[in-house]
Amino acid sequence: MARVSLSGIKKNYGGVEIIKGVDIDIADGEFTVFVGPSGCGKSTLLRMIAGLEDISDGTLTIGERVVNDLPPKDRSIAMVFQSYAIFPHMTVRENLAFGLTIANAPKAEKDAKVAEAARILQMEHLLERRPSQLSGGQRQRVAIGRAIVRKPGVFLFDEPLSNLDAALRVDMRMELSKLHADLGATMIYVTHDQVEAMTLADKIVVLNAGIVQQVGSPLELYHRPANIFVAGFIGSPKMNFLKVRVEAVDATSVTVGSADIGKLVLPRANATAKVGDEVTIGMRPHHLTVGGAQDITGRVVLVERLGNETLAAVVLGSGQQIIAALPGDIDVAPGQELHLATQADRASLFLANGLAA
Amino acid sequence: MASKFTRSNRVGWSMAGPAAVLMAIFVVLPFIFAIGLSFTNQRLISPNPTQFVGLANYEQLLGVGVLTLEPERDAAGAAVRDDAGALAYPSLRSFTRNNDQYPQYDGMREWFSFDIGENRVFVLGRDIVFLKALINTVIFVLIVAPVQGGLALGLALLINQKLRGINLFRAIYFMPVVVSIVVVSLLWRFIYDGNSGLLNNLLGAATFGAFPRIDWLGNPGTALGSIIAMSIWQAVGFHMVIWLSGLQTISPTLYEAAAIEGASPWQTFRYVTWPGLRNTAVLVLIVITMQAFSLFSQIDVMTGGGPLDSTQTIVFQAVERGYGKQDISGGSTISVVLFVIVLSISFIQRWLTREKT
Repeated sequence: MARVSLSGIKKNYGGVEIIKGVDIDIADGEFTVFVGPSGCGKSTLLRMIAGLEDISDGTLTIGERVVNDLPPKDRSIAMVFQSYAIFPHMTVRENLAFGLTIANAPKAEKDAKVAEAARILQMEHLLERRPSQLSGGQRQRVAIGRAIVRKPGVFLFDEPLSNLDAALRVDMRMELSKLHADLGATMIYVTHDQVEAMTLADKIVVLNAGIVQQVGSPLELYHRPANIFVAGFIGSPKMNFLKVRVEAVDATSVTVGSADIGKLVLPRANATAKVGDEVTIGMRPHHLTVGGAQDITGRVVLVERLGNETLAAVVLGSGQQIIAALPGDIDVAPGQELHLATQADRASLFLANGLAA
Repeated sequence: MASKFTRSNRVGWSMAGPAAVLMAIFVVLPFIFAIGLSFTNQRLISPNPTQFVGLANYEQLLGVGVLTLEPERDAAGAAVRDDAGALAYPSLRSFTRNNDQYPQYDGMREWFSFDIGENRVFVLGRDIVFLKALINTVIFVLIVAPVQGGLALGLALLINQKLRGINLFRAIYFMPVVVSIVVVSLLWRFIYDGNSGLLNNLLGAATFGAFPRIDWLGNPGTALGSIIAMSIWQAVGFHMVIWLSGLQTISPTLYEAAAIEGASPWQTFRYVTWPGLRNTAVLVLIVITMQAFSLFSQIDVMTGGGPLDSTQTIVFQAVERGYGKQDISGGSTISVVLFVIVLSISFIQRWLTREKT
């Protein structure tokens, strides 16, 4: 068990700054997910915590110790890799016991810890197999088991489910969630998959281009994105963005309008927007309904029926396209004209600089 | 379903065809001839018709016998000793030449002998030169295979690092490989020269003249060792490159996983690197063994088999016999024997280094 604190963490490769000053506090026992598009630096950040990459600047604290210059094994961490990184020539048992073997632990201790990890992951029957005889999910379970045997303060996961097929990913996601509840350990998890982030995390850190965009609980990020990047990244299908103009601002609301959406009064206290500003309104596809108070009118160009819902791509008068998530059995077809309304209290507003108003 | 390209045998054969035909004409066919010739008394140029002689060539080549002789005794039955106290034995020739009682020893010569009590055991061979060549070749293989393989692995591990200028070292180690073995042998003949050779001068300078000058290639005790050392140096770069390719197939995440578990450099090698090199090791060992068994050029250029047959080798004998003495059936027999030896050793090595499941 350990808290993790990153303070002013930077990483340079040659002259290029990859991580541009990251401050994150992760409480003991918290499940934190680093999420962001590929190349955003989330894996690099995790590898810096693990000690696999040098820290160019800043302070990394695990537990009560500054660990910047400690080797990985002394940082009280265990890591699970996307490619599993289990040793192909060893049995599952030998893989689980690897850390103990190289530390010359007595056999009884090895057996006890391996049995414990195998019990937690329900893989007692796999112990004598070799990795080549295991499925992808089982291999990843071995990798997680090897981490458990280390009894680390912090578990680090680097996209652990990315190599698994969709169904298995859902199962493993639930198992990880359960594992976190059982062990109560601090876990840091890197993924580009926002569904994993939303379902697993106590706290999500959204990264883009080496900068933390927002830190918060999944629902905070979903409902109150700090900027247009987070708004677009979290939620599927992606949030719809439309250019609008601020028409009126008072103490409790902001009124925006455009040819596409008409007039929309957003309840916003102390909004920083000024009348006449060009701003962006963000509307989640799931907050759009057919009919209602406003009239957002457009022509349906594409219909995707998912069974539980229907995604309709609608082109508005100005040529901007939005996606609406409509009920599964609604009667829409491409070419049809659709009148949509959004829920003004759930819409987001972004200033020209991308920050939420 | 397999694609058109993987199913099409015609394309495959037409690509492999030219090489296969050349191999058949210049490797397979001559070897089949050699097997046939080894059962005849064919000579390179001879007026006499060829006769089938069965296994006579093999008996001539491989025939060995053991003869235990008691010392000569006087009338009282005591062993006769000469002035120096050495025991006297009956003449060996009296058993191996025209002795009707011992037809199995007829034509044999002494290979080596040792004493058991007062008795002297003579190991006899029909073809002492070939037997010496066989032993020399085996010694050569037994030393070159592990030493060259081990040195090459060491170099590969050194080269397999990200350091400035490492390519220069790679080139330097590989350079002897691209130089013709004949040229290398000529150069090393100067190095090994008994009077003003580089090696003698170096050793002399390093020991302030205390080290005696040695005629490295002219001395039966040092000739084979000198050729072994030079042969190891010459081809070590080639095997280094093979090891290097093996090293680069090992996933870097395995090393990271080992680092997180706290493996020392030696443990990392033992548990990650070496198991990952298993297939490469088989390849390197078999290639070195086969190359070592075919030792010829160095001998031909540097010593011509001497001094006192101390550097005779199997292939040198095959060439010497087949072309030098124009005894093509004898040369063929040696080739077939070598083929059987190399094939058996390859099988044994494959079995020893098989993947245990």
